[in-house]
Amino acid sequence: MNSGNVIEVRGLRNAFGEQVVHENLNIDVRRGEILGVVGGSGTGKSVLMRSIIGLQQPSAGEICVLGENLLDDDKSGDDEIRRRWGVLFQGGALFSTLTVAENVQVPLREFYPNFSQQLLDEIAVSKILLSGLPADAAIKFPAELSGGMRKRAGLARALALDPELLFLDEPTAGLDPIGAAKFDALTRELKETLGLTVFLITHDLDTLHAICDRVAVLADRQVIAVGKIEELLKSDHPWIDEYFSGPRGRVALQGHQ
Amino acid sequence: MSVQADFEFSEAPDGKANLVLTGDLIVSAIGDLDERLRSLDGPVGYVDLSQAGHVDTIGAWIVERTAREHDATIVNASREASLLLERVKEQKTDDLPERRELIPIKRILWEIGEAVVVACSTMFAFLGFIGQVVTAFFRVLFNPGKIRLNAVVMRFEMVGIRALGIIGLMSFLIGIVIAQQGAVQLRQFGAEVFTINLIGRLTFRELGVLMTAIMIAGRSGSAFAAQIGTMKITEEIDAMRTIGVSPIEALVLPRTLATILWMPLLGFYASIVAVVGGGLLCWVALEIPPATFIQRLREVTPITDFYVGLIKAPIFGAIVAMAGCFQGLQVHNNAEEVGQRTTAAVVQAIFLVIVLDAFFAVFFSSIGWD
Repeated sequence: MNSGNVIEVRGLRNAFGEQVVHENLNIDVRRGEILGVVGGSGTGKSVLMRSIIGLQQPSAGEICVLGENLLDDDKSGDDEIRRRWGVLFQGGALFSTLTVAENVQVPLREFYPNFSQQLLDEIAVSKILLSGLPADAAIKFPAELSGGMRKRAGLARALALDPELLFLDEPTAGLDPIGAAKFDALTRELKETLGLTVFLITHDLDTLHAICDRVAVLADRQVIAVGKIEELLKSDHPWIDEYFSGPRGRVALQGHQ
Repeated sequence: MSVQADFEFSEAPDGKANLVLTGDLIVSAIGDLDERLRSLDGPVGYVDLSQAGHVDTIGAWIVERTAREHDATIVNASREASLLLERVKEQKTDDLPERRELIPIKRILWEIGEAVVVACSTMFAFLGFIGQVVTAFFRVLFNPGKIRLNAVVMRFEMVGIRALGIIGLMSFLIGIVIAQQGAVQLRQFGAEVFTINLIGRLTFRELGVLMTAIMIAGRSGSAFAAQIGTMKITEEIDAMRTIGVSPIEALVLPRTLATILWMPLLGFYASIVAVVGGGLLCWVALEIPPATFIQRLREVTPITDFYVGLIKAPIFGAIVAMAGCFQGLQVHNNAEEVGQRTTAAVVQAIFLVIVLDAFFAVFFSSIGWD
């Protein structure tokens, strides 16, 4: 494994019955970058993320995360890897019977059981504020929050252990433009201050332009192109062309020039 | 990989105490540093990060808090560390806000009061729900195009056909138990032959239908509550309403109709299987041959016993199905509530069935069907 890569996927194949989602898919995520993953609906962006974080057993291929092969039979180092990444699911995936603060504390309690309650509370509030929620959200239950707030609370939980690697599944979907821009700025800032590597699934063209170092395009069961947006703009693949040069793509591009 | 975080003191050029943090100030290396820094007393002039390794937000928080508590200045922070310190400084907050807690005696009173209010309002809401289902039933009856036949038939399979095995086994064993226990007691009076009366009357009149209702409450009532409750959480019910589909007509009515139609069949089946079980025991243990058993059974079991069971069955079915659907529709917040409501559906259904059964027992006796 190349030491500059945090994630390496080789020859990945995912199939649900007859339906093949990925076939011989390769992708690398470099240390310290924000990699945007785009693709039409149903091209398996979420399935790719689920494969990398070990929620989906692929039918073939190699996946290496932070130097650890998660698909082999040696499970010894897997927990160690889990404490070094954070995952934000689409809907936030908060534990509905715990308050937001307790949600944030779950990974901390799991890995560092001897932290005092006082420190846990302080960390929880600090992470909640960091993710852009007001402090009084800490005592609320997920059902009492709006969709956007739930997403931020999910981010607070994903950041609880100060991960090296952050997986974000459509973080700005469902947020208002102001909230989405703040979320982008936050992701960028976290990357810079904490040296995070971010694997970001998104449909949001503004997010792509604003924060992604590289963009990977999923189509035809594979990653058909990876590179900076300027490079992708030169691509003649019809889907990429339509994606970045369609009406929305042009507006987003103008906005960042 | 990381170096355990620690601290030591030195003296700064201006004579103030200099707290030098060493090691990596990251979550996996902090260990008990937090508690030791918390219990630190004595004036601290500077917090020195020159010896510190990596810093993450949790480490930065601890540094920032310590500096704030002792009014100390943070010095020699690396560029990344200063960025993080800036960030956590903005997040200064005193304490985790707390949910208001009542004193114990007040809380007990409050809980009793709440339980009473909840019980009463649930009862009224359930009555209202029964009303809704009945009006929906008549609306569908006068407008047959609205009947969701496919849904009803699908429930037939789930409620009825798939329950045949377990209800059969249960009833067979209950038949054996009644016969065996009855025989033991009646033998003392030399009246073993009355075991047949016991089997025939008990199963057709009471146990066949009652046990079936309890089994259906556990099997199907709980399933209804969980299905509908989950649909509530995923906003499927709201989606239905906005499309103009009444959840009562689309979800509750098919389930209720299927259960009402199947309960008499299942109840009768359960009674017959229980009689077979009892007959088998009589044959093996009391040496009453099947032919005699059947002949005697027909003599001692009045047809009214069969009617009693048959009249009760659809009513029990309606109660079980409606309790399940009603509780499912009461789910609002979270996954845990689905569990609570499912439990409530089964408890409520069995409770109501037994109350009604007691009422029927008195009622049928008083009209002379004894």
